[in-house]
Amino acid sequence: MNFDFSDDQKQMRDAARKFLSEQCSPKAVRVVLDGKAPYDKALWKGLAEMGFLGVAIPEEFGGAGAGHLELCVIAEEMGRANAPVPFSSTVYLAAEALLIAGSDAQKQKWLPKVASGEAIGTLALFEGSGNPSPKAIKLAASGVTLSGVKKPVADGAIADFAVVAARTGSSGRESDISLFLVDLKAGGVEVKELTNIDPTRGQAELTFTNTKAEPLGATGEGWSILTQVLDRAAVLLAFEQVGGADRALEMGRDYALDRIAFGRPIGSFQAVKHILADMYVSATLARSNCYYGAWALSTNAGELPEAAAAARISATQAFQHCAKNNIQVHGGMGFTWEFDCHMYYRRANATALALGSMSYWEDALIDRMRKKNAA
Amino acid sequence: MNFDDTPQEAAFRAEAKAWISANAPKQYEEDLRKSSLGRTVIKGVNLLEAAKAWQKKKADAGWACLHWPKEYGGRGASPIERVIWQQEEGPFGNLSRVFIIGHGMCGPTMMAFAGEEQKRKHLPPLASGEKIWCQLFSEPAGGSDVAGLRTRAEKEGDDWIINGLKIWTSGAHYSDYGILLTRTDPNVPKHKGLTMFFLDMKSPGVEVRPIKQASGQSDFNEVYFTDVRIPDSQRLGAVNDGWNVSLTTLMNERMSIGAGVATGFPELFEFCNNLMLEDGPAIEDRDVRSKLANWAVKASGLKYTSMRTISALSKGERPGPENSIGKLVAGSMIQDVATFALDLQGAAGVLSGPEDAELAGKFQAMLLRAPGTRVEGGTDEIMRNIIAERVLGLPGDIRVDKDVPFNKIPTKGRA
Repeated sequence: MNFDFSDDQKQMRDAARKFLSEQCSPKAVRVVLDGKAPYDKALWKGLAEMGFLGVAIPEEFGGAGAGHLELCVIAEEMGRANAPVPFSSTVYLAAEALLIAGSDAQKQKWLPKVASGEAIGTLALFEGSGNPSPKAIKLAASGVTLSGVKKPVADGAIADFAVVAARTGSSGRESDISLFLVDLKAGGVEVKELTNIDPTRGQAELTFTNTKAEPLGATGEGWSILTQVLDRAAVLLAFEQVGGADRALEMGRDYALDRIAFGRPIGSFQAVKHILADMYVSATLARSNCYYGAWALSTNAGELPEAAAAARISATQAFQHCAKNNIQVHGGMGFTWEFDCHMYYRRANATALALGSMSYWEDALIDRMRKKNAA
Repeated sequence: MNFDDTPQEAAFRAEAKAWISANAPKQYEEDLRKSSLGRTVIKGVNLLEAAKAWQKKKADAGWACLHWPKEYGGRGASPIERVIWQQEEGPFGNLSRVFIIGHGMCGPTMMAFAGEEQKRKHLPPLASGEKIWCQLFSEPAGGSDVAGLRTRAEKEGDDWIINGLKIWTSGAHYSDYGILLTRTDPNVPKHKGLTMFFLDMKSPGVEVRPIKQASGQSDFNEVYFTDVRIPDSQRLGAVNDGWNVSLTTLMNERMSIGAGVATGFPELFEFCNNLMLEDGPAIEDRDVRSKLANWAVKASGLKYTSMRTISALSKGERPGPENSIGKLVAGSMIQDVATFALDLQGAAGVLSGPEDAELAGKFQAMLLRAPGTRVEGGTDEIMRNIIAERVLGLPGDIRVDKDVPFNKIPTKGRA
């Protein structure tokens, strides 16, 4: 047993941290936050050059062919830096869907472009409020054309292609759902940007009107593929969340050491210390759950569905907890636009909803634990 | 990132499994499996005797105190082998609770500070469970502030004369030996006037009085010392250096990662999985599911945190105080879990008799025992201070008594 990342993986983490600290400062994040750019194009290009976009894409499709453990360590750094780029949509969702279900031709067409930074991808799943569910998918497929509306779609306004969940049957079963691949730059999709709580990551509404699409995976297999994609993405996004939680904890700790009140650093007051200690506890529990998720993801273990749900819940809680208490430790300054605390608060609460809300993952975890228990 | 055994680990596991299968007291297995915080009962059997018998059997075959050196009764095993052993020992490990303090804290302190002859004399019977040890640190005036202790040790010839009172001493009523922290110089600041000893608990002048706890049980004791004589040869560390010696003891407490802290979660999951509420199975209820999921990730988070610690240990890294999250998280969790389990039982949740209560009163016992978990071995608040100061590097509390001679520190609050 060795429950840790390897030295090579840790070196990759250090390289990612160094790169992001240089290329993705809070000042750079603010360019996107303030609406001056839809995402950080220079950073995106740099991530491609570093080989990070294709780290888990096999070499035959233009990637580095390293693996998911390497992607986990990079994900953590992306979360830590609050990177304003469509990394999760493109790499965890679109690319993973292609890797799981894409034909050789589809992979050849899109994956090299993902790895090189030429194509941004996303998953178009949600249709208004509610959690991931076959019933909630109304967008209809007629042959190879799609009609309906998807929102919110993360990074939908900047994406070049989308994996779209569509209804191909009406039996009331999961097999009514199929996946399609749509080239968003080929016309036929109306894109509307939507305002959201985290402007460093765009959200959009995509309207499909007899839009040309190609099937991704077999007809009726859509829900099963989606579940796998969401589980993989849950682990990867959980690493981003843990990275964000750790950064929020550090910010709170640093402020508590520097800020003097009543003649002493505020970090010497137990009331403040205990807030920070609890942040450390939640971040540590989340990190450990994430490591287990990383192991399950990298070995495609039977434990992945349960491990992914646990990592997702734990990391969502930790990031939300650390981000909100970081503001509390900062006091009034934490509530200014000028301080960076709100960027993590926004990101924490946006990522909490990205793959379905907490109740979806709680249900998933309990269902999966029951299944294991019954077996 | 790998959970598989190496060939060496697999061989060790097979050997352990085979030995346990051939030697474990299987007649107790069902009762031990059912035991949980606040209740370990084997019907019709004296638990202490059963524990000693199993420990001796393990020791004779070289399976006691696996991480200790062989010459002191251990096996010289690696941290991971120790975990493998705990996994294979399973419910039989519940028999070892009476040895936790001796093996986890007293033994390592002896190993670090006792003379070679004493180590060879005392450590093997401690490992084999023939002798049980306790740890005499806390006092009425020194709980969280353990350095505020008042039990005096005064030199008389080659002996030290001990007078005072210890409290919260787990297992003193069945212990043969103890390690004892005393004040040897009250004229210097509190941390600088302490000295550590070990002593025979049967020494004249030692009186053990069990404390009846809020839970109704008696796991802890008061220990009175009246002119108890300890030879200077039983001193551990230098005179007035007892605080540093005690830090070794406490650090070993953190390193003695048990088979995992009790959270109550497996019991609650099983209970909810089988419980019918008015509207259907409890496990289908949204509120129940949400609570279960939240506790599930705490329990798994703790489990994988200790695995990360073991991985660090096996690479020769020293685990830091980050391990203190285990008790901090599990203590309040088990209390909440028990409260929720009783709530699910409605009015009948109040019943605690094994014949009337759900799961034979397991959750009721847990509820009544849980407040102690949040206090013993460092309160939740002390644990948070440790994390804040030693992990996060925040400043220590302002200690108004730090540089004051011990005998000048105020002893009363409101007059």
